[in-house]
Amino acid sequence: MISFSHVSKRYPGGHEALKDVSFALNAGELAFVTGHSGAGKTTLLKLLAAIERPSAGSVVVNGQNVGALGPRAVPFLRRNFGLVFQDHKLLFDRSAFDNVALPLEIAGYGGNDIAKRVRAALDKVGLLRQERALPITLSGGEQQRLCIARAIVQRPAILLADEPTGNLDADYAISIGELFRSFNQIGVTVIIASHDQTLRAQLNPQVIALRHGSVEP
Amino acid sequence: MTAWLTQHARGLRAALARFAGAPFGSLFNVLVIGFALALPFGFYVALDGVQTFALRGLDASGPQLSVFMALDASRDDAAGIGQQLGRDPRVAKFRFVPRAQALQELKQSSGLADAIDSLPQNPLPDAFVVVASDRSSAALAALRDEIQVWPHVAYVQLDSAWAQRLDALLRIGRFATALLAAVFAIVLAAVAFNTIRLQILTQRDEIEVAKLIGATDAFIRRPLLYFGVLLGLAGGGAAWLLVVGGVALLNHEIGTIAQPAVIPFQFGYPGFNASVILFAAAAALGWLGAWLSAGRHIALLEAESK
Repeated sequence: MISFSHVSKRYPGGHEALKDVSFALNAGELAFVTGHSGAGKTTLLKLLAAIERPSAGSVVVNGQNVGALGPRAVPFLRRNFGLVFQDHKLLFDRSAFDNVALPLEIAGYGGNDIAKRVRAALDKVGLLRQERALPITLSGGEQQRLCIARAIVQRPAILLADEPTGNLDADYAISIGELFRSFNQIGVTVIIASHDQTLRAQLNPQVIALRHGSVEP
Repeated sequence: MTAWLTQHARGLRAALARFAGAPFGSLFNVLVIGFALALPFGFYVALDGVQTFALRGLDASGPQLSVFMALDASRDDAAGIGQQLGRDPRVAKFRFVPRAQALQELKQSSGLADAIDSLPQNPLPDAFVVVASDRSSAALAALRDEIQVWPHVAYVQLDSAWAQRLDALLRIGRFATALLAAVFAIVLAAVAFNTIRLQILTQRDEIEVAKLIGATDAFIRRPLLYFGVLLGLAGGGAAWLLVVGGVALLNHEIGTIAQPAVIPFQFGYPGFNASVILFAAAAALGWLGAWLSAGRHIALLEAESK
């Protein structure tokens, strides 16, 4: 379902974030991308969602060569993914509900459908009662949950999370880990970039270990 | 189809929300566009009024033919021409101006009484002023050429010079209006361009996130384009109100201050077609400015966020 073959990514300026990376993941897997800061974890996720393009090699998702997609096809590729960002990327000028509704509006869902799905997603992450709250009034852990609700509201086939427990205390991190496990159990492919050892022990994932841009054997 | 409608309704609603979200800034933009459009539109309406008035005047007096008899022609010769004119179906009416009367009129109107008195004899011929029933310039020219060769007729003059001059002036006026319209069309598009640019800058987070989670460029552009159209329409509305208000004030002034005999006409209000064209052009220009701005600045944003 997802495969990297001989993928390299060199940024303008010469920094080589990934060097000859190859791996494959089947649908429904739960995988961890580990490594120190700067090892290339975020770059790997960006290549998957066509936020960046590989300098060499090919990234294939669901049989599509992501690196070769035209600009018009990219938005539709991204709708296969739920993206959880380390910095949440929530919109602070609108309520929790409206933040979660955004992907559905983009995909063209009708109003009733949106309300139903948004509430289901908020319920899933335990934020149903805060649906009218502005993100700024939520705690860091709640903001992360809101970001997860937005990622899953469209029921994506693949969930990509970049350091989802980065700034959270241990209890919160465990509950976030449980959320990911529950999505994986209903068939969602989950890929988490993290160096959180507790989370790794909790989820027991398949591991892709990066070191200076290369996969460690 | 429903999805398409939903998307457009959403785009329109978002644009309206942005309009209402910054009422002061929006109002200011609308006024700028309104004044910019009111100038050429008002010019056009005024020109239309002058033209209507002038044509009515032209219609009342009509383009005339002046038929001058030869200086040596007698009264009987002139009477013969008079009968001939009276029989001709192409002549609606005519008036005989005897040479003595013509000289008298010249003395009164020119202020050259002394000079004229000192002339040894009357230099003016008998004349007819002829109004044709067919006022097309071709028919008039044909009639002139025919009367020209009647006996004892020295010269036939087609008095369409002032009509031609008026026509030329109106044409220049129309050209100036078009020029003005073109200049202010650019102003409108520029205002829309800049407004959308600012909107994109303030919404860069939203645009960035929306793109990350699968928004097409069309999705991001849609509310911006609607905003441009709304801006244009509102500006067109402001221009329309300004012009209608201006016409009402002018007509009121004409009615109260001036005697009807001095300025015997009122400006017409903008007609339905002109109004529709104003609104359509304003909406199209707002859309164009927004489209250019969105294309350019969304691409810039994307290049920046990489």
